[in-house]
Amino acid sequence: MTTLRIDNLNVSFSTEAGPLHALKNVSFDVPENRIVGIVGESGCGKSTLINAILGLLADNGSIDGGSILFEGQDELTTLPPSRMRDLRGPRIATVFQDPMGALNPVISVGKQMLNIQYRSPLSKDEKLNRAVEMLELVRIPDARAALARYPHQFSGGMKQRIAIAMALMMEPSLLIADEPTTALDATLEVTTIELLKDLQQKIGCSVMFISHHLGVIAELCDDVVVMYAGEVVERGTVRQIFQDPRHPYTARLLECDPARQSERTRHLPTIPGEIPDLRARPAGCIFANRCNRVSDVCSAPPPDKDIGDGHIARCFVADTPAETGVTA
Amino acid sequence: MSSDPILKVEDVQVSFPVGRLGRKSAILGVAGVNFEVNRGETFALVGESGSGKTTLARAVNGLQEISAGIITFEDQRIDTLDRKAMKPVRKRMSMMFQDPVGSLSPRMTVGDLVTEPFRIHGIEGRNLRDEAARLLTLVGLPTSFASRFPHQLSGGQARRVGVARAIALDPALIIADEPTAGLDVSVQGEVLNLLNDLRERLGLAMVIITHNLHVVHHVADRTAVMYLGRFVEAGDTEEVFSAPQHPYTAALLSANPEPDPDKTHDRITLPAEVPSLLARPAGCEFHTRCPWAQSRCSVDAPERQVTNGRAVACHFPLDPGARPPDMEEQAAS
Repeated sequence: MTTLRIDNLNVSFSTEAGPLHALKNVSFDVPENRIVGIVGESGCGKSTLINAILGLLADNGSIDGGSILFEGQDELTTLPPSRMRDLRGPRIATVFQDPMGALNPVISVGKQMLNIQYRSPLSKDEKLNRAVEMLELVRIPDARAALARYPHQFSGGMKQRIAIAMALMMEPSLLIADEPTTALDATLEVTTIELLKDLQQKIGCSVMFISHHLGVIAELCDDVVVMYAGEVVERGTVRQIFQDPRHPYTARLLECDPARQSERTRHLPTIPGEIPDLRARPAGCIFANRCNRVSDVCSAPPPDKDIGDGHIARCFVADTPAETGVTA
Repeated sequence: MSSDPILKVEDVQVSFPVGRLGRKSAILGVAGVNFEVNRGETFALVGESGSGKTTLARAVNGLQEISAGIITFEDQRIDTLDRKAMKPVRKRMSMMFQDPVGSLSPRMTVGDLVTEPFRIHGIEGRNLRDEAARLLTLVGLPTSFASRFPHQLSGGQARRVGVARAIALDPALIIADEPTAGLDVSVQGEVLNLLNDLRERLGLAMVIITHNLHVVHHVADRTAVMYLGRFVEAGDTEEVFSAPQHPYTAALLSANPEPDPDKTHDRITLPAEVPSLLARPAGCEFHTRCPWAQSRCSVDAPERQVTNGRAVACHFPLDPGARPPDMEEQAAS
């Protein structure tokens, strides 16, 4: 079963200068028990996507078409707010970049962990035991004593792990993790993603992991979705994306990662140009103005080409491997 | 490298008061740091959030009072200067803050923003419109952007405006706090290339604060690694990366995730938690997490040793390629 199936989703925001088409024909699956990484630069629609899934779009945002099907039964685009509230938390949980946004600074960790179990029929003692169990799972030392402590008494890495424990306490079927390791140093980042992987297997949930750290995506994720200017330009397994990228944007993005430059260089590769104005999307390919493989056909909307084994790229020339070669 | 320090930081400490009335104490956000930045050089500060990087940068810029130590900039002692006396120094030393959009007033146009430094410092006799055009061109933005507002900029463009503001008064030193956080890799490259171009063209010195080690490796001449408000290691970037001598540096470098799904990792894992600044460990402050720690480390704080420009604070500096004792055992069995 597919935990989350997004099909042809379109989202726009009304602005003074006319409608802004933030997500265009977005389709991908989050299969059961898999970790799906979402990559893309800021402004590519990652946050809009999360908010659309959670039913938290701003007032001027609207879903103009397409579907978000959760666990094969709930159509999130038309779900009444009360039913959506039932799903958020127990079934779809979230972890964000800043754990202090999820933790209340003036309530002890134990009390907060009790509060979020308000729907559970368990007794108070059982709920506390459950909280201890979760804190132990995320390797908080001396978990029972930790319940009486307040968020500021923990280090940054611990706070993020407590946020993860709280998100996973109700055993959701989908965890949305938005840049959860960005504020941590490399050693804590690695510990946190290993922990996340471990918990995902124990609890058996699916994870949507948003990051622009390509190294973390490569290490953690099973599948990868590459977004550019509100479109999914390529998706596939982590190996397909990192070893055989077919969309020119993906290929260029990977080349730009300083981690791929083995030679030390002062001049890092970039992708020249800017994202087009989303209020006036080009009729054809969204990446055409920056693409090194652009041709006349690109003025028409490119198809989602199926390269095989679930590897899909929205590009006319996706049949042939993207050119490599570093561009400055 | 010829040593021509533009900035000298000696034994600098920053303390913050904590606790309720009656049982007040203080924590050290920066606990005795020494370094120099030479003209035209890029110096990187690396360390996790909370290790004191930003506090140190703010202390250097005079935005944060220091509790001990000496800061010298262009042969002038600046830590004792008052607000008014500090103002001319800020012309020569500018700061780029972490949040690019947040540090730009939403109600000012880009043109006003990049020329604000002239107004703040009361520099007259310049045509601000021409200055705005000059600065925007320098950072690679079209001059028509002068009439835009910050919300009309992308993340990368907002950083460029931040850079333009930072170089407006021809500084000799730029302190850039996480100049690329939140940017994707291609835009990150653009901003770093821009900073590097300007460094070469204008002969700037730069202090870059980041936790992206890949970035540091490419852009910094020298690197300092911070842990709990101290430098555990500092030296030539290439040397630090190829042969880290402090166990924390070695662990950081081995943990750095690489964009290759088939890469097998031979990581140095660090046990235990980062200690609280309220309860600094005795002896070497890293011994609670150090895989190489010996009994001496828990009682005796290591002195900073400087050899050939490389500073390390460790009783038992690592040999190149050293593995922790437990990993050696695993490999042997």
